[in-house]
Amino acid sequence: MLYGGQVEKIELQQTPLLKIWVPWLGIGGCKISRRRGSSVPQLTNSPTLIVMVGLPARGKTYISKKLTRYLNWIGFPTKVFNLGQYRRDAVQTYKNFEFFRQDNKEAMQIRKACASNALKDICIYFSKENGQVAVFDATNTTRERRVSIVSFAKEKGYKVFFVESICDDPDIIAQNITEVKVSSPDYVNCDKEEALADFLKRIECYKQTYVPLDDEKDRNLSYIKIFDVGSRYLVNRVQDHIQSRIVYYLMNIHVTPRSIYLTRHGESELNLLGRIGGDSGLSPRGHKYAASLGSFLKGQNIKDLKVWTSHMKRTIQTAEHLGVPYEQWKALNEIDAGVCEELTYEEIQEKHPEEFALRDQDKYRYRYPKGESYEDLVHRLEPVIMELERQENVLVVCHQAVMRCLLAYLLDKTSDELPYLKCPLHTVLRLTPVAYGCKMENIFLNVEAVNTHRERPVNVDVTRDPAEALKTIPDHF
Amino acid sequence: MMRGSSRSKSTQNLDRTVCMTNCPTLIVTVGLPARGKTYISKKLTRYLNWIGVPTREFNVGQYRRECVKIYKSFEFFRPDNEEGLKIRQQCASAALNDVRQYLADEGGQVAVFDATNTTRERRQTITAFAEQNGFKVFFVESVCEDPVVIAENIVQVKLGSPDYMNCNTEEAMEDFKKRIECYENSYETLDEVWDRHLSYIKIIDVGRRYLVNQVQDHIQSRIVYYLMNIHITPRSIYLCRHGESDLNVKGCIGGDSGLSPRGREFAKYLGKFIESQDISDLKVWTSQMKRTIQTAEAVSVPYEQWKALNEIDAGVCEEMMYEEIQQHYPLEFALRDQDKYRYRYPKGESYEDLVQRLEPVIMELERQENVLVICHQAVMRCLLAYFLDKTAEELPYLKCPLHTVLKLTPVAYGCKVESIFLNVDAVNTHRDRPEVGISTKTHRNVVAPVINIIRNISLTNDGAALVSHFLPVFFYTLFPDLGDACTLLFFANDLMQMM
Repeated sequence: MLYGGQVEKIELQQTPLLKIWVPWLGIGGCKISRRRGSSVPQLTNSPTLIVMVGLPARGKTYISKKLTRYLNWIGFPTKVFNLGQYRRDAVQTYKNFEFFRQDNKEAMQIRKACASNALKDICIYFSKENGQVAVFDATNTTRERRVSIVSFAKEKGYKVFFVESICDDPDIIAQNITEVKVSSPDYVNCDKEEALADFLKRIECYKQTYVPLDDEKDRNLSYIKIFDVGSRYLVNRVQDHIQSRIVYYLMNIHVTPRSIYLTRHGESELNLLGRIGGDSGLSPRGHKYAASLGSFLKGQNIKDLKVWTSHMKRTIQTAEHLGVPYEQWKALNEIDAGVCEELTYEEIQEKHPEEFALRDQDKYRYRYPKGESYEDLVHRLEPVIMELERQENVLVVCHQAVMRCLLAYLLDKTSDELPYLKCPLHTVLRLTPVAYGCKMENIFLNVEAVNTHRERPVNVDVTRDPAEALKTIPDHF
Repeated sequence: MMRGSSRSKSTQNLDRTVCMTNCPTLIVTVGLPARGKTYISKKLTRYLNWIGVPTREFNVGQYRRECVKIYKSFEFFRPDNEEGLKIRQQCASAALNDVRQYLADEGGQVAVFDATNTTRERRQTITAFAEQNGFKVFFVESVCEDPVVIAENIVQVKLGSPDYMNCNTEEAMEDFKKRIECYENSYETLDEVWDRHLSYIKIIDVGRRYLVNQVQDHIQSRIVYYLMNIHITPRSIYLCRHGESDLNVKGCIGGDSGLSPRGREFAKYLGKFIESQDISDLKVWTSQMKRTIQTAEAVSVPYEQWKALNEIDAGVCEEMMYEEIQQHYPLEFALRDQDKYRYRYPKGESYEDLVQRLEPVIMELERQENVLVICHQAVMRCLLAYFLDKTAEELPYLKCPLHTVLKLTPVAYGCKVESIFLNVDAVNTHRDRPEVGISTKTHRNVVAPVINIIRNISLTNDGAALVSHFLPVFFYTLFPDLGDACTLLFFANDLMQMM
């Protein structure tokens, strides 16, 4: 890189979509990108295999799905491999708990084969599908089973992290069974009592051979033990960043029933003009919405509601109408559109046609010049999600892009779907966790507003006609 | 904390203490001597203060040293030494008194009560004290039986203690070991069953293992996360800015320019310097701005880009020279000088925002070992303030000149700093705190400063009316030296225009 005493000029070019600076060597007019730096912190190297441990109805699948949703949202490709699913695919019809008896040799063979297949699929996920984390959701209640998983992982160079859920409270177990087992495909032809009775016998089958992770014998394994739905945790040998994040997340989630209300600020002055970003106040209709929102919340009679807003005028004005204390989060500010702040889409097309096209090509990763991308937004919002998990009833008054990110997390939407989620003005989304997911209620508060949603146009090429770019723009004044 | 439906109504009510979410928290360390309690206390205090939670530690050993001027020997700590016990009890009480004053009267949010607290009886007293005063309690117990670790602790921080000023190493070591023995017999560790209603974290063998029980709220959750990420493996953190940039040369702030010729020279020398240091497994982090990446390219180690390390966003003042800011935004310029830490550029950020943005970087820095961070002036000031425990007032004025590498090495309870200037000249970008007649506020975490108060007021319907009514009151309260009515009107006019 150095010629004699002269210091070579290190040329960089900014990648058009992500706006990341990368070194380039121009050779005969053709640009070759040589990247020594990575554009994101390398927070995980080897793939990680998370292994659930615990008797049936201890929340393993609940934890698996939730954790997977979280890891995918923060950008670590993760997938759940549920052994029960493999078993249902292998043994088409479930008869009764006898399948799970310790002395049922035929069943044992099938179950072992299923486990093998699951591990094989995990291999493929890591090596061919760019997976970074796999969650092996099964009881894994014997030391023998866990030892074989550990050697499998060692062979392949995967890190292993166990998550054990221990609970002996009969009320919680009964509730779990009612919420998710009774309606499982296994019990499609049974009534509630039959299903409950059979499932309890199923648990008994496992109890006889259950060996929990041991303080002494398993002292070299990496794991977290969750006791009684989170009243206590034992954490052993956290190896790296991702395991540390997983532990932090697991220690912040809870199962207390509650609802999360998401809404945007009331219609703003800039909304009316079809301009993006900025920090304007509410329009008259926006004020009306805020007042309606206040009445709506009173009617809902929500216990201990927390209200969060951004630092921008329009969300704060909205919250002011509610007459309750609220907390401002800078992290909830709308996406920074950089040089495009306060422009209309028509103006963006006119002034920055290439940028406009690039955004349509990959709306999730596209970063506005001197601004942010949806991907940046997600990183910014992670502490908000963590605190949302800790809290109970919360109303979040935010912005379109921000609300899309939060919604994507709560409803497990992919990064492709996220930037196109519909979050219209003057609508409250009420999300209530139920079983393994979230029930969503869409409540339009009957105050008209402009539409700010822009669908992806058909032609996303940088050489497209302006008309094609502007086809999907919503109406404005 | 997870509260499932299993708990009976009675226990649920017990846990629903009277405190609101802003209840002060009393952190209580537990453990035999030389288990890292003071190390943890100081580090945790430093972290909490940096993220904006007013925290102070209260070390009972300190109180004891002030009470019993001269330390004779371990005999003071013998369980049958009645006089010694009496004094130690008094010291603990005095410390708790100061805790109460700090949390109740002085605006403290967290107090760290650093003592052995090895008996259940003592912990019961503390819990009762906290309940009486409406404080939440969180115990941090450090359990370690590794003789190597304990010996190392004693060497690092006990031998140099005022207690052993007049002893040689062997004598001190011997005495301290006997001191530990005095506590061992009556040591009652936090128990899974007996103490199941207490909130605590038990750290076993310097972080190999943790037991976490009944985390009550956000701050306890953050404390647990932090404690689970720190380690004591020796390592060094290298902080430096990018090489001199073209905009630096022009005297402009912000922007995303490339390196000047001198900046490129620095990058080359940085590469050589890093090589000469022969660092094992060095990680190199940059921001996503051109100038830090160009600098990293010269260091022949792979680097990672963090958007969180980007320079402070100067909003409307981006790429301006200080003279231009003074010209176009004189009020903003003055307000920034009044409270540089909290001041937020219009459409930009404040140092306070920066700290929040940098928190994940600090957390990852704690997890890592040898790291070189190539960043920017304001960012480097924030990181440095964390490592060197600087206040919010000092932070924006820390000296972080171009072309200088700071090597930080944790040692004992703090950080050793070596400053290495790589001998390539550069412009000076440091602006000292200007001498103004207007008094500046001196303690952090007081109710929102003027600029935020004004911004909040402007948002209510009667903005204008409120401002004209409250403005004089605010100014006279915050700037008692500002007796000049004309100046007051000047400020008022500009502020009205801002809204």
